[in-house]
Amino acid sequence: MTNLTNHTIASALAGLRKKEFTAVELVDAHIKASEAARHLNCFITETFDTAREQAKASDERYAKGTALPLDGIPIAMKDLFCTEGVQTTAASRILEGFKPPYESTVSGNLKKDGTITLGKANLDEFAMGSSNTTSGYGNVINPWKRKGDNKDLVPGGSSGGSAAAVSARIAMGATGTDTGGSIRQPAAFCGITGIKPTYGRCSRFGIVAFASSLDQAGPFARNTEDCALLLKSMAGWDPKDSTSVNRPVPDYTALLKSGVKGLKVGVPKEYRIDGTNPEILEMWDKGVQMLKDAGAEIVSVSLPHTAYALQTYYVIAPAECSSNLARYDGVRFGKRVEGDNLIDTYEKTRAAGFGKEVRRRILIGTYVLSAGYYDAYYNKARKVRKLIWQDFVNAYQKCDVLLTPTAPTPAFAIGENTQDPVTMYLNDVFTIPASMAGMPGMSIPIGLSGDGLPLGLQLLGKPFDEETMFRVSQTLEDAAQFTAVPSNFVKAA
Amino acid sequence: MSIDKNAVTKIARLARIKVTEDEKEVLTKELSSILTMIAELDKVNTDGVEPLTSVVQMQLFEREDVVTDGGMQDKILSNAPEQAAGFFVVPKVVE
Repeated sequence: MTNLTNHTIASALAGLRKKEFTAVELVDAHIKASEAARHLNCFITETFDTAREQAKASDERYAKGTALPLDGIPIAMKDLFCTEGVQTTAASRILEGFKPPYESTVSGNLKKDGTITLGKANLDEFAMGSSNTTSGYGNVINPWKRKGDNKDLVPGGSSGGSAAAVSARIAMGATGTDTGGSIRQPAAFCGITGIKPTYGRCSRFGIVAFASSLDQAGPFARNTEDCALLLKSMAGWDPKDSTSVNRPVPDYTALLKSGVKGLKVGVPKEYRIDGTNPEILEMWDKGVQMLKDAGAEIVSVSLPHTAYALQTYYVIAPAECSSNLARYDGVRFGKRVEGDNLIDTYEKTRAAGFGKEVRRRILIGTYVLSAGYYDAYYNKARKVRKLIWQDFVNAYQKCDVLLTPTAPTPAFAIGENTQDPVTMYLNDVFTIPASMAGMPGMSIPIGLSGDGLPLGLQLLGKPFDEETMFRVSQTLEDAAQFTAVPSNFVKAA
Repeated sequence: MSIDKNAVTKIARLARIKVTEDEKEVLTKELSSILTMIAELDKVNTDGVEPLTSVVQMQLFEREDVVTDGGMQDKILSNAPEQAAGFFVVPKVVE
């Protein structure tokens, strides 16, 4: 293979072990690809020099026979993960210049396994958005374009830079975080695979917090096996996160090829909602047929409170965000705008440092938590959340996994869906319910729309049963044979 | 469900975010639209339902009651916009 950027993680590891190429060559090829695709704006901070140094060290380990499980694999790190000594912004101007004196557990785990970070990937500010257009450091551009149309499309969000980098062959894999769909929706928009594991599977220590009861880290890659390899490295119990769960991390690749015979795949009828693109519904039917052909039993299930998940999310996530983001006060770290007194300093700092969407969510959160409204909004939402969780528990009595669309539309153009915040929020209508219930979910590319854009399907699994999800995902991947690549990721000279 | 400009002023004050008069006009509309969406939750019967506080059913882990970190004043101050003599500096709060 001439172009090293076409490798999967698994094939690159095999090539490195067999000394077909070096980690330095692999990393250099990806740095070159990054430089050629700078117009996509995938990175807020590039760390190419460190990456080259680490690649040398990796080659030494290969030479000595002491290579680590993911040694030499170049990845993109969502700029929501604190990285020691490297600027971490959460795509917010309020954190510009912030250099964490510590490393997040997930990024540390990947580093320990030998991955090499090429840069800190762009995202929606504080992970709040579905199109990567709320970043304080510019929009990320999707490497895909509609056939015969030169309009720039969004990569989805919030992990837009991560997804675009993997899709554009800049990075072999990437980290993301998913609060209401921020891994699954960008994976679908960019034609790659992404998984949000069960809440508690990965440590949240060192991830800039948005909504703590929902935030969960997970990987992006170009196929199921690579996602499984990355998740194995990222996951695990961490005494520094009291919500991380102490149970062993299985070898997610072990069962990949065991098929779906005998598995029950649930199809929730409430996900057939008005306004969903007909091509996506068609793709959903196709996915159901693929699993049927592979020997799975298809069962119809009901998740009756689906229609209320979005509303529940837009109470709980802003409430937690307003509380988490109270720490940005211009005193201990980040931007400060001097005022006439302390309160004036707080108010000016936060007005200047936060973008529009973040301010909007803080204000909604403050409102639903304020005296007199706490019960009517916040507690009401937490009760409905219980019912949504119960829906999944009931559905999983009848099936092993659920198959649904990931997003109601393919990638849209920058500037579309901005007339009203609620229109944008609808993007996450299929991903939010599982987030509310803490269930694992992933998105797999299945095919292209009529105008040439990738379409993804979502798999949802039982708590801590990522293994079954991966098995089903591998089966869909084998059946769908999605090999399309974005043609426009290198800007024409 | 809609809120008025006075409510926006009050929330912005509670959230410690300065908003201009123009921004208040826009925010009044946007927040009302979001709250209208949220108000649909009233249609759900939640009588006798306990609020969900955690999706993971588990006992919190207890560790030995010993000091596990500390002694890193430099690190903690390293990102401060202003510091002096080992302290964060804020505008004067006591006259």
